[in-house]
Amino acid sequence: MFDKLDQIFVTALHWLVSYVPEMLRPVVSAMICIAFVMAVFPGVFAITTVLERKILGRIQNRYGPNRVGIPFTKIRLCGFGQFIPDGIKSLTKEDIVPRAADKVVHFLAPVVMLIPVLVSYAVLPFGKHMTITDYDAGLLFFFAVGGAVEVSVFMAGWSSRNKYSLLGAMRAIAQMVSYEIPLILSAVTVVMVVGSLNLSEIVKHQNNYTFGIAHWHVFTPWGLVGFVLFFIASLAESNRTPFDLPEAESEIIAGYFTEYSGFKFALFFLGEYLGMFAIIGLGITLFLGGWTSPVSFLTWIPSYVWFLSKLMAIVFVFIWIRGTLPRLRMDQLMNFAWKFMLPLALINILVAGIWHYMAADWQRWLVCSAIIFGAYAILGRGLMQNQNFGKRIYRYAE
Amino acid sequence: MLGEQIIKGMAVTARNFFGSYVSKERLTTVQYPEEHLAQKENTRQFPFLVYDGDDWEKGLRCVACQICEKECPPKCIYIVKSKDKKPDYKGQPQIYPATVDIDISVCMSCQICVEVCPFESIKMDTKFELSTDDRFGGLLLTKDKLAKPNSYYQQMHPHDAAESDAVIAAEKAKAEAKAKAAAEAKIKADAEAKAKAAAAAAAPIAAPVPTTPPPTAK
Repeated sequence: MFDKLDQIFVTALHWLVSYVPEMLRPVVSAMICIAFVMAVFPGVFAITTVLERKILGRIQNRYGPNRVGIPFTKIRLCGFGQFIPDGIKSLTKEDIVPRAADKVVHFLAPVVMLIPVLVSYAVLPFGKHMTITDYDAGLLFFFAVGGAVEVSVFMAGWSSRNKYSLLGAMRAIAQMVSYEIPLILSAVTVVMVVGSLNLSEIVKHQNNYTFGIAHWHVFTPWGLVGFVLFFIASLAESNRTPFDLPEAESEIIAGYFTEYSGFKFALFFLGEYLGMFAIIGLGITLFLGGWTSPVSFLTWIPSYVWFLSKLMAIVFVFIWIRGTLPRLRMDQLMNFAWKFMLPLALINILVAGIWHYMAADWQRWLVCSAIIFGAYAILGRGLMQNQNFGKRIYRYAE
Repeated sequence: MLGEQIIKGMAVTARNFFGSYVSKERLTTVQYPEEHLAQKENTRQFPFLVYDGDDWEKGLRCVACQICEKECPPKCIYIVKSKDKKPDYKGQPQIYPATVDIDISVCMSCQICVEVCPFESIKMDTKFELSTDDRFGGLLLTKDKLAKPNSYYQQMHPHDAAESDAVIAAEKAKAEAKAKAAAEAKIKADAEAKAKAAAAAAAPIAAPVPTTPPPTAK
């Protein structure tokens, strides 16, 4: 019964595809999968925009949006209907293209932003047997496709002919390139231990239980550090606070999409959130056991429910961090990436190797934890040593 | 150690997040159309005309002196004087305003009309939900819309209304005293005149006293 519920989407897909001629089956199957991704994740995006405003409101002791519900009734749904008028508004707004802008590139930038992000969903396992393409180099594919986002950001910034756009794009490129290194290096540890780039394999590796607790990678010393590094780097990759320098509202208006309006702006917004979900989905797959349940007695809950609830939990933490931390300065951002995250990620690779080759008993826990804790303490002290918490001195602008 | 302060900050925001669901006192915002904050004593929006008694047309304090019209910096008040006269609260016959129009789309809520009014008849209202779909007519307040009872003013600005009432009462008392004095004086004068007349009547017709001019020395 629960197995059937778990596989309901897979069975439905097979059932639907069985009605089409043999020749068209792969195409139709792919189309249905695309439609599924296009329906579910923008839906999650719509909910998240409202959720984000509500959570930020609650953090600041406000209600947040709580008005819009079902039209012509008194049902308010706690304001969760807000995304519908927001969507209508952005669809009907005037689309302004600056006269000096490079029109073709200006038009292409949001498309180039959105397509790689959507493509990267192809390799994510949303549930048991629910990977769209069970690709052997899935992890590599994900990172390779994700690299196109930087191009789109620079296209937007350059083609707008606006100093704020260009500044935002420059910041975005510097930030994304810097944080992609710890992101990939922290994911490498998983590849080392599992021995596969296939994301379904990585989930399968975590789908074992000892004493009722799952073998998630986050429950190991290297996995914990890897997850934290991946988490911070994914915050930076998706341009969210405290790493939102590329679109710092208080400094450079909206960064690289300053000159975008109407539906193109909405596309950027959508692309950014979908990119965030994709990278969170990858983080869940690599470290938090993908669609598996954390404890063995809850395995009856459908796998896609686990995936989505983990996704929403991480999204909540993202929003929580946004409500807590102020924006970093550019030099702090770079120091943090190159002087703390990169060395820690490299040490973590070493630790993952030690973990792999030591006998599976308490000693490897001790050794690995000690190395990681020592590295964290020393690197952290190094990062904080040169901190000057006094009044900031401006060398040239006094 | 690195990250300690971040954890502390996250704890603070988490406390606020969950606290706002538990205790209503934390929520500082007011759900506006349903709930209203109590207004401050000195809130002011746009002017209105005060009237005494029940009938706004009879009790209007305004005497169409047009001082406010002349003083109004953005010139948003328009007053037409009446041709006939009507007794005011003192019982004196007074001109009353045939038309008072205040264009609140022009009014800048400076309160100068209130400061200059010698008759305590124009005051500031606190009503601010004046949105309308008629840009011109809807924002042009005519006499019937402007007239509001004194009880409304007392309730809205108790302190100022008390002062204004005291001024009115003093004026009235002064007027009454004056009237009384005038009446007494009139009675006295009447009595005197009467006495004089009586005296004149009582006295016999006296022979005209020849008034000889003093001789001029030459």
